[in-house]
Amino acid sequence: MTFALAAAGPVIPNYAAQSSSCEVHNRLFCAEWVRRNWAPVLWPALREHVVLAVVAVAIGFVISMALALAAHRYSWLERPTTLVTTILYTIPALALFELLAAPVGLNVYSAEIALVSYTLLILFRNILAGLRAVPADVLDAAEGAGMTRRQTLLRVELPLALPAIVAGLRIAIVTIIALATIVYVVYDRGLGVPIHTALGEGPFKTELIVAGGLAILLALVADGLLVLAQRLLTPWARVGES
Amino acid sequence: MHEFVEALRFIAHNGAVAGAPTLPSLTHLALETLKVGAIGVAISVVLAVPLGVWLGHLHRGSFLAINIGNIGRALPSLVVLAIGDAFLGLGLTVVELALVILAFPPIVTNAYLGVDTVDRDLVDAAKGMGMSGFEILSRVELPLALPLLFVGIRTAAVFVISTTTIAALAGFSGSLGDVIANETSYHFSGVLGAAICVAALALTVDGALTLVQRVLTPRGLRVAQLESSAEAGLAQPAA
Repeated sequence: MTFALAAAGPVIPNYAAQSSSCEVHNRLFCAEWVRRNWAPVLWPALREHVVLAVVAVAIGFVISMALALAAHRYSWLERPTTLVTTILYTIPALALFELLAAPVGLNVYSAEIALVSYTLLILFRNILAGLRAVPADVLDAAEGAGMTRRQTLLRVELPLALPAIVAGLRIAIVTIIALATIVYVVYDRGLGVPIHTALGEGPFKTELIVAGGLAILLALVADGLLVLAQRLLTPWARVGES
Repeated sequence: MHEFVEALRFIAHNGAVAGAPTLPSLTHLALETLKVGAIGVAISVVLAVPLGVWLGHLHRGSFLAINIGNIGRALPSLVVLAIGDAFLGLGLTVVELALVILAFPPIVTNAYLGVDTVDRDLVDAAKGMGMSGFEILSRVELPLALPLLFVGIRTAAVFVISTTTIAALAGFSGSLGDVIANETSYHFSGVLGAAICVAALALTVDGALTLVQRVLTPRGLRVAQLESSAEAGLAQPAA
């Protein structure tokens, strides 16, 4: 009997229980539905989305920093690294998720490996460009002041490269937040999940608009936070501004 | 590894699945993907190149031209498609609309940057030779802007292929994404095979456009072009 029921009509988990007329008529925006589903559906998806994106950018940043530092020291490394990261970057996300699902499985690793691979080109290029843009005079001064190579890197080159690095991080986080909406094809997390549910329901407009809107909003907020972080981390840049 | 062997077999059989003779072939789906994508890129180029070039020529509207690219990056393809679906219902028109929304920003931004960053001394020299504004634009600024202009178009093209396949997740039929979204009919080997094809298609289109760019770039610029394309504005992601 349950079998027949499932086959008969569309199963609409998110508004099956107590749907208002707005939901039944599938109007563009049903505030009542949002209120009821914020805690059980939307908020968890948003939180998962943040975690997916932050973890990917953090791992991507560590890898790219290592690659950029290596390429900064041994410049022949730049070409092969750029080539490989460009290829990874060019592969469409949906394809990459499926390509990873075969060896890795339908799990968080497939999701994160794919997301990380899209951060590499952006972060590597920006970090390297930032390090290379440090003026030679400044490096000479550092050497003249008796700084070792390590000290020069940590106290002179990296701080001066910070604006370029943050610019890269901004592009990366915004990109990854957008890409994370299709993580659900391999791993059942993030804002892609409610979007997918809503698409299967006719589509159910309120859920599409709210979940999609949250993804866009999240990207803009993350971008804003990084701009703020950069201002706090580079107080010397503000002196010139005013 | 077994799955990859099965996937390659699926590709070798051009997408034929035992017991399902009515499914379209991979070649057909790949051509459909290219067709849908080409329309989107063509519309975006027609709208975005004149706007970006014109703003760059006037050195005005940098805020608009650059920020439109940043906003474009924040728009997930699936969200644009889904919201288009919610308002208008999903069909070729909505997919093309989504493609244009996503392909427009990188083209405008790069066209703007390409023309805007042309060495001012060269423009002054052209003025000194008595060239008109239009001549400066068509004979000095545009050729010099070509590498960056193409970065934008390549970015948009790769982006459009990616989005066309994602459109299948929203229920649009007529691309290689159909296979990826339909594991029931195609099994995982088919999904994987189609994923390989999509990746190959994106890399091929990117490579082909790079070649076109080489051919179109005046010979005198080719050396300089290598440098500038390395520095060029970042390609936009395949979101």
